[in-house]
Amino acid sequence: MDISLSHVDYRYQANTPFERLAIQDVSIDIPSGTYLAIIGHTGSGKSTVLQHLNALLVPSEGTVAIGDKEIKAHQKNKDLRKVRQRVGIVFQFPEHQLFEETVEKDIIFGPMNFGVTEADAKKRARVALKQVGLAEEILEKSPFDLSGGQMRRVAIAGVLAMEPDVIVLDEPTAGLDPRGRKEIMDMFYQLHQERQLSTILVTHSMEDAARYADQIVIMQHGKVAKKGTPEEIFSSPGELVQMGLDVPEVVRFQLKLEEKWGMNFEQIYLSIEQLSSAFANKLKRGVRL
Amino acid sequence: MKTPIVSLKGVTFQYDGQERNALNHVSFDIYDGEWLAIVGHNGSGKSTMAKLLNGLQFPKDGEITVCGMKLQEETIWDIRSKIGMVFQNPDNQFVGTTVQDDVAFGLENMGIPRLEMVQRVEDSLKKVKMEQFLHQEPHHLSGGQKQRVAIASVLALRPAIIILDEATSMLDPRGREEVLETVRTLKDEKSLTVISITHDLEEAAKADRIIVMNKGEVFREGTPDEIFSMDEQLVQLGLDIPFSVKMAKAFRAEGIQLSKHYLSEEELVTELWTYRSRM
Repeated sequence: MDISLSHVDYRYQANTPFERLAIQDVSIDIPSGTYLAIIGHTGSGKSTVLQHLNALLVPSEGTVAIGDKEIKAHQKNKDLRKVRQRVGIVFQFPEHQLFEETVEKDIIFGPMNFGVTEADAKKRARVALKQVGLAEEILEKSPFDLSGGQMRRVAIAGVLAMEPDVIVLDEPTAGLDPRGRKEIMDMFYQLHQERQLSTILVTHSMEDAARYADQIVIMQHGKVAKKGTPEEIFSSPGELVQMGLDVPEVVRFQLKLEEKWGMNFEQIYLSIEQLSSAFANKLKRGVRL
Repeated sequence: MKTPIVSLKGVTFQYDGQERNALNHVSFDIYDGEWLAIVGHNGSGKSTMAKLLNGLQFPKDGEITVCGMKLQEETIWDIRSKIGMVFQNPDNQFVGTTVQDDVAFGLENMGIPRLEMVQRVEDSLKKVKMEQFLHQEPHHLSGGQKQRVAIASVLALRPAIIILDEATSMLDPRGREEVLETVRTLKDEKSLTVISITHDLEEAAKADRIIVMNKGEVFREGTPDEIFSMDEQLVQLGLDIPFSVKMAKAFRAEGIQLSKHYLSEEELVTELWTYRSRM
């Protein structure tokens, strides 16, 4: 399912003294099957963009197209439920939203709310649980007796059980240990490929953006500051640093090497192996000082 | 020279209704003035340890000594006055309506006279570089700023030991750097013992010493260099290898010789430079 934002503005508390323009003239195309990473500081407008992706917010100006549904400013937008069913959002610390008595009830709540029968929803819960790497025994437990990492997975299973075409992830691994982080990111990547989903990842991690995304959008002061493939975005690391953003560790290291040697590599390398072998080659040929 | 300020001897702990011990015969010393990092995956027992150190939980077996006092019901309040804790979630530990109220809260509980209180609030906020924010409300602060206020609240109570229990894990990269910078300055300034409980090995790399926990037991103890030479074993323990170690490994694979196992990025750049001049 294609999603596109064209010339979207959003004002919080419009027509009050507290009015604030959160995003301005934002245009982003997310063709079906894209893995898009949105990067930016806290307060750059990332979360506001995110909430437009399933019509939790309706633009103050401009148009958001989600599949064949157009959501426009200044008009009554009906039937937003269908859109929300097809675009699943995993919010930050989703385990805070668990509320039911058992894991099973929590997972089937979403699908049933959208009209799936209980029997079907239960089937889906089992599939979703397997996808997030949890055993079925957990279904009858209270979500509040689980470890933090397990709770996070149950919450994610609740979104997967809605069988969305698009998954939006807001810092999905915050607070997890390195193994948990890698497992969750790899799981989403696998789902992305197997089910040909569109995935939109909001993150602070340049590593994750470089590793998983095909497209990156950088938000700054409520506007799109830059967009392109990871190669394009990270090929001018100076710009990112100027915006006060990080670059991937390996890029940062390459810059340090270049500075010390007073030379430049032919390109920016996004993997450790590429950089080390490019460096070794330079040494063999004799770096000019 | 090295005096233990905290020592654990054969400490075992089990949560109610759990089959497995959360901690199993754990023994080690923490020295006065050091920065010790305790690392381990989620569920390795590292946070349980923090709870035991200031008597939020009591061990099932074994003995804990803090500042020369054996930890038990009678000494618990004396021990708590020696240890300050900063927890993971910046939003769960802000009790005041403004920054200065938040820092004053602990002091009020201790019945510190007002004049001294004002002084201590100011001093400790200066140490974390938050003195400009005295009258700000918490929702105007970033996560990193909130954690720095939490550290100031602890400092105002003048503890001997500060425990950071995953204090940076919910912060963005900038907030994390702010907090670590603060901790580094504190360590340099005075003899405060820092215990940071973390799963971030980049953070642990800055400590004087690291203890690796696994399944409720001390798996390994050593300097960052010693610990990072464990290499893939760290990954098997659910941890990660710091970037500069991965980078150094890739250079070695290209036949470039390097001196130690753990080099910071700067040290690595310098070593590569030296290597070049020896060629």
